[in-house]
Amino acid sequence: MSASSAFSDEKGGSASEPEYGHDPASGGIFSSDYKRHDDLKEMLDSNKDSLKLEAMKRIVAMIARGKNASDLFPAVVKNVACKNIEVKKLVYVYLVRYAEEQQDLALLSISTFQRGLKDPNQLIRASALRVLSSIRVTIIVPIMMLAIKEAASDMSPYVRKTAAHAIPKLHSLDPEQKDQLIEVIEKLLADKTTLVAGSVVMAFEEVCPDRIDLIHKNYRKLCNLLIDVEEWGQVVIINMLTRYARTQFLNPNINESLLEENSEKAFYASDDEEEEDKKAEPATLAKRKPYVMDPDHRLLLRNTKPLLQSRNAAVVMAVAQLYFHLAPKAEVGIIAKALVRLMRSHSEVQYVVLQNVATMSIKRRGMFEPYLKSFYIRSTDPTQIKVLKLEVLTNLANETNISTILREFQTYIKSMDKDFVAASIQAIGRCATNIGEVRDTCLNGLVQLLSNRDELVVAESVVVIKKLLQMQPEQHSDIIKHMAKLIDNIQVPMARASILWLIGEYCEHVPKIAPDVLRKMAKSFTNEEDIVKLQIINLAAKLYLTNSKQSKLLTQYVLNLAKYDQNYDIRDRARFIRQLIVPTDKSGALSKYAKKLFLALKPAPVLESPFKDRDHFQLGSLSHLLNAKAAGYQELPNWPESAPDPSVRNVEVITLLERVTTLTSIPDWSKCSSRKDRKEKKVEKPFYSDSEGESGPTESADSESDSGSGSASASGSDESGSGSESEESGEETESDEEEEDEEEEKKKRKKLDKTKAKKQAEESAESEQSSSAEDRKRGRKAVKNQKSASESESESESSESEEESEEESEEESESDTNVRKKRTPVLKQPPKQSKKESKKETQEMSLLDLDDYEPAPASASVTPVNFLSSSLVSDLEGLSLTDTILAPTTLAPSGSIKMYELLHRIKGEGLAVEYCFSRQPFSPEPNMVAVQIQFTNNTNSETKNLHIEDPRLQSGMRIREFAEIDVLAAGESVTVVMGIDFCDSTQAANFQLCTHTRKFFVSIQPPVGELMTPAFLTENDFKKEQGKLMGMNEILEKLTLGEKCVNEHVIVERVTATANLSRVPCGSDKECRFAGKTVSSGCLVLVTVTTKEGGGAQLTVNCEKMLIGTMLVKDILQALSQ
Amino acid sequence: MIHSLFLINNAGDLFLEKHWKSVISRSVCDYFFEAREKAVEPDNVPPVIRTPHHYLINIYREKIFFVSVIQTEVPPLFVIEFLHRVAETFQDYFGECSESTIKDNVVIVYELLEEMLDNGFPLATESNILKELIRPPTILRSMVNTITGSSNVGETLPTGQLSTIPWRRAGVKYTNNEAYFDVVEEIDAILDKSGTTVFAEIQGVIDACVKLSGMPDLTLSFMNPRLLDDVSFHPCVRYKRWESERVISFVPPDGNFQLMSYHISAQNLVAIPVYVKQNISFFETGSSGRLDITVGPKQTMGKTVEGLVVTVHMPKVVLSANLNATQGTYNYDPVTKILVWDIGKLNPQKLPNLKGSLSLQSGAPKPEENPSLNIDLKIQQLAISGLKVNRLDMYGEKYKPFKGVKYVTKAGKFQVRT
Repeated sequence: MSASSAFSDEKGGSASEPEYGHDPASGGIFSSDYKRHDDLKEMLDSNKDSLKLEAMKRIVAMIARGKNASDLFPAVVKNVACKNIEVKKLVYVYLVRYAEEQQDLALLSISTFQRGLKDPNQLIRASALRVLSSIRVTIIVPIMMLAIKEAASDMSPYVRKTAAHAIPKLHSLDPEQKDQLIEVIEKLLADKTTLVAGSVVMAFEEVCPDRIDLIHKNYRKLCNLLIDVEEWGQVVIINMLTRYARTQFLNPNINESLLEENSEKAFYASDDEEEEDKKAEPATLAKRKPYVMDPDHRLLLRNTKPLLQSRNAAVVMAVAQLYFHLAPKAEVGIIAKALVRLMRSHSEVQYVVLQNVATMSIKRRGMFEPYLKSFYIRSTDPTQIKVLKLEVLTNLANETNISTILREFQTYIKSMDKDFVAASIQAIGRCATNIGEVRDTCLNGLVQLLSNRDELVVAESVVVIKKLLQMQPEQHSDIIKHMAKLIDNIQVPMARASILWLIGEYCEHVPKIAPDVLRKMAKSFTNEEDIVKLQIINLAAKLYLTNSKQSKLLTQYVLNLAKYDQNYDIRDRARFIRQLIVPTDKSGALSKYAKKLFLALKPAPVLESPFKDRDHFQLGSLSHLLNAKAAGYQELPNWPESAPDPSVRNVEVITLLERVTTLTSIPDWSKCSSRKDRKEKKVEKPFYSDSEGESGPTESADSESDSGSGSASASGSDESGSGSESEESGEETESDEEEEDEEEEKKKRKKLDKTKAKKQAEESAESEQSSSAEDRKRGRKAVKNQKSASESESESESSESEEESEEESEEESESDTNVRKKRTPVLKQPPKQSKKESKKETQEMSLLDLDDYEPAPASASVTPVNFLSSSLVSDLEGLSLTDTILAPTTLAPSGSIKMYELLHRIKGEGLAVEYCFSRQPFSPEPNMVAVQIQFTNNTNSETKNLHIEDPRLQSGMRIREFAEIDVLAAGESVTVVMGIDFCDSTQAANFQLCTHTRKFFVSIQPPVGELMTPAFLTENDFKKEQGKLMGMNEILEKLTLGEKCVNEHVIVERVTATANLSRVPCGSDKECRFAGKTVSSGCLVLVTVTTKEGGGAQLTVNCEKMLIGTMLVKDILQALSQ
Repeated sequence: MIHSLFLINNAGDLFLEKHWKSVISRSVCDYFFEAREKAVEPDNVPPVIRTPHHYLINIYREKIFFVSVIQTEVPPLFVIEFLHRVAETFQDYFGECSESTIKDNVVIVYELLEEMLDNGFPLATESNILKELIRPPTILRSMVNTITGSSNVGETLPTGQLSTIPWRRAGVKYTNNEAYFDVVEEIDAILDKSGTTVFAEIQGVIDACVKLSGMPDLTLSFMNPRLLDDVSFHPCVRYKRWESERVISFVPPDGNFQLMSYHISAQNLVAIPVYVKQNISFFETGSSGRLDITVGPKQTMGKTVEGLVVTVHMPKVVLSANLNATQGTYNYDPVTKILVWDIGKLNPQKLPNLKGSLSLQSGAPKPEENPSLNIDLKIQQLAISGLKVNRLDMYGEKYKPFKGVKYVTKAGKFQVRT
């Protein structure tokens, strides 16, 4: 009924002569003149936006109801360039809906979008691309392709995201573009922003899900970004990574499954089989290799785990299936809790989750056992949920909990929902077959149900009892007798048929009753259902064979009745059986075997869960739910026999290094660059392993296997701990050779290099991320090789250049100082100790500082370093890097200090007050910003008792007033310093400035850049800290450098002028890094400016305080683009 | 992914369609109608229906079926979760998600759907971003719009989509800065005939209403976070801080949102606030039955139980009920066979009792099973698990917000078997 109404609706919409008068969307007012949409066309042609809007709204309402509005196309498409945003948007909606039908006219709108693609505003670019790619017109495929390619390298990540969305659209429009699109996907996969990641993986899954090789390089990045990707993207990425992991890693349960097989065998094996087993065992044991998990495999498991806490059921399910398919058996358990939580959600969610739980609970029963009670059924659950819960309960039943489950089942049998009762009885039957101990109890319970008043219940019980009896018929002849009696009362055909079959099959156990039953049945034969008739014939035949004396005539009678039955199956069966059992002249050899044919021992039916073996589908997928392959389903691959090369996932740095070496002929330069590379490689480590460090203590299992994995890769490839040692010894011999003709300083340096290498080796041994360690080592090896190559030429030069470099180009000197900085602490202590100590320090600090990111400890551990090296730094870097502790008197030198006006001299009646941020630490209270105030008395008389009164401050802010100025003589000026704790906000500090006669209300508002003090970090520390401040704490902006920002020097100057930061040495000349920490809370502020060809640049600010970060970005952008 | 969406009301009228890829004829819904008819109850429509060329994934919410059409493999939960998000967005925008409000605001609905999905893949689902793109209708605005013809599409381009914290829009300003948190706990329990607890657990949520200017960074800590067995968070919450310190640290979205939900499992002893004494019996002869229900307080932690309602789904043969309630009112609907007894506040001195006779269809056999009772109740100022918020701190902004925490305990799926 409902279907037909909808259908007629549709007809109305698509009929050639639409009846618009009936359209309720017209709102009644216009219904009279609504014919042919003339009024709408008129409105669209008018000059008033409001009329256009009204018309578009009505058109969209028509589309929404499924009415045809295609004849308005020319009138609508004209408005594509309308200024009004809402009209524009609605036109887009219309266009996307009808463009396919009116291709030629749609082309008129294309130029508008092409123009939009060039718009300076990223959101307009994105929306233009979105609509352009949504128009399904084949002619514009080349335009779309071009637009996508361009957008894929757009500066704005949002536009790149849109490009990723456009890829599957184009692919579905024209599959021939696949190759080109894959190139774009490859490019976008390398994108580092979370915004793009989800969308591009979605495109990957739609366009080229089999190109798993594209993922290698991005695997680790995707794992690390995962938590910050939006939730829908997370689902897609996790599903894709599950497939990826299945192809790249080894089965973590491989040994366990072997073990399991063995134990299972032993458990069920009879005694004589056991010996055989023992022989087989050593063979399997020998085959078993110690399994060690690939660190990348571990990375995936670890980074997906927190997502189990997502509010989004799809994300939780995705993680759950990932763990089910990929995790070692011992770890799968953690997903149970989250899945049980989802059961509280909407019933549709429950339905899907229960389906998956049902599949999982067959394989891993133990996982859900603690949550047994969560699957108890409420009378208010929908039937489909009840049945699924029952399924899970049945799967979870075992010897220990069966009694509780059965008790629970008993209440279900009384339910009003009969379908559910039937399912419960079947569940009891399954429990009985699976668990031998309770078989009799169940059987008794079911027999009791036979006296139930509800027929359905009885019938279902009969069917289940039949199945159970088949297992051990000898002991239960009384039940069979009981059931024989029931045949008079039960009317449900299936149940009657079951009883008859039982009596026939076990007629030897009930020799007296069976013929009697046949007699009764023969009497009612004609009134029975087909299925019952067939069983009557069956019973007759069996009785004839065992007890022909009593049943011969009855059988004949039944067969005769059947011969003239209306149903041909029954007629056929009757003929067939007569030939078989009644010996005649014609009947051949078969009748001899009739007894064997009919009374063969039949195997007991196995009551299996319908969810058995469903796990060959990826869980959580549509295919799994339907238990059939859905279109586009990607098979979950089997684990590989041996692991593919894990190094494919290494992000290559070596190639870069090679390029450098080939490009540079100057040996000393090459040396420098190699050092730089090494640094960069080292930096990679915190990026990949930082989460590890933090989650380490909570996951003990993790760290265990991690350490194992380290040794595994060691045995797998020759770059092991011992390998690095030998390298070291190689270096030692080198240095020995050199020592002879090198001067004192050089020697020292070598030694330091050595200790540094040692330190590195130690670190690598410690590092759990063996792959990154490998990376580094490989890099070092390469460095070494290269070194030895260039050594002979460069040795003499390098020492000189070392000293010269200080006056040479800045960037070179920087890398040098960096080395020195690293070296300096080593000078004082053996490396191991220093490391330990710094560690201890970190810990102590972190105890005090409850902050998540621990910025303070990092900088604290660094301070001694810059304490030592500060003079050097200041020499090299100019005054901008002046250490505040060492040189408190110097002012920030870069540019002149900006003076702000506090009180104009006219307003102040001759007293002019100016202030500036001196950028010196405010010695009485280090977490206050020092404000230098200059009073100038322009009057002719002296001003007395200058002081501050009545400060009105935001909560938390404090002021340290300057000492009262007793007298300020006419025409003189005086400078004082006061401290203000702005609590890291740019809120103004309001107070009154009082003289002996007047009071002035004044306020000081700090630019954000003044709220920080320089922090001195080494390059490594910088990278490490930056690694900690990813995600929300990182702000990326593209910018075009202003005309004057031609070189690095200007950039440094501009940035340091804007914000009180110190420069961090950096190996690359394309990058300038700055670090500081906020004055009052000591949060790190890290700024990176990366310059690019053609005046472009990228600004990255990492700061835990997002507000400060955003404001700082704004300020620096302004400074740099001027 | 999601190809098309059809909205169908309870009567089977298809009143809205939206296509994100090429147009799919609405005749595809016939398969849905078929399944709908077979299911009898709307709850029993299978969420995933397979048709020869498509798959229909549907949800039933507020008496509306959201039927989406899928063509290729996609995680079903992905679609279901998205459809629920759509329904929630409608609710957020129009106050309720009903057929009439959707029809009244069909243009906004269409604009929303357009923004939420791009080519079938979710694009902007955060309410804060959507509200920047498309303004929710208010009475004032719709009046102004009709007069001036101005639009409900945001004039400014949204920035939230571009930021690293997409759930919060920039430049939020309030004169009164306030942050309120409601700790709402629901008791899910099954009690058996004798009153013993078969199963009980607590499901809690913390709903927040945060109206703070700027970019506040909040930290919420509990007195006893160990209680929480399992938690799930709004994306704004930093997982790592929770893992390491058991505090909830987040930059809140603007307005109302659910901060977290948690679960306190059956392992902890759950206090059951009320007990029910019931006696429902049907007689073999005379086609009648008797009903006697008394509700009394059990473990209420000294608070009053309010909003007490007992709902009984009677067997089909019960024609009418002739009862007498000492407190509150009862109502028996002979069509749906639901007996509702609205008690109100529970008075421990004088326990409410409902007593009387039921008349059955004559001739029909007496019902096999006694109906189970569903209890609804509410206790103000109490989180039954004992969970307590310790403090709320704000960083990043300098003003002083008003803060407040409210506790409520409710009955969730609280059932007494008889």
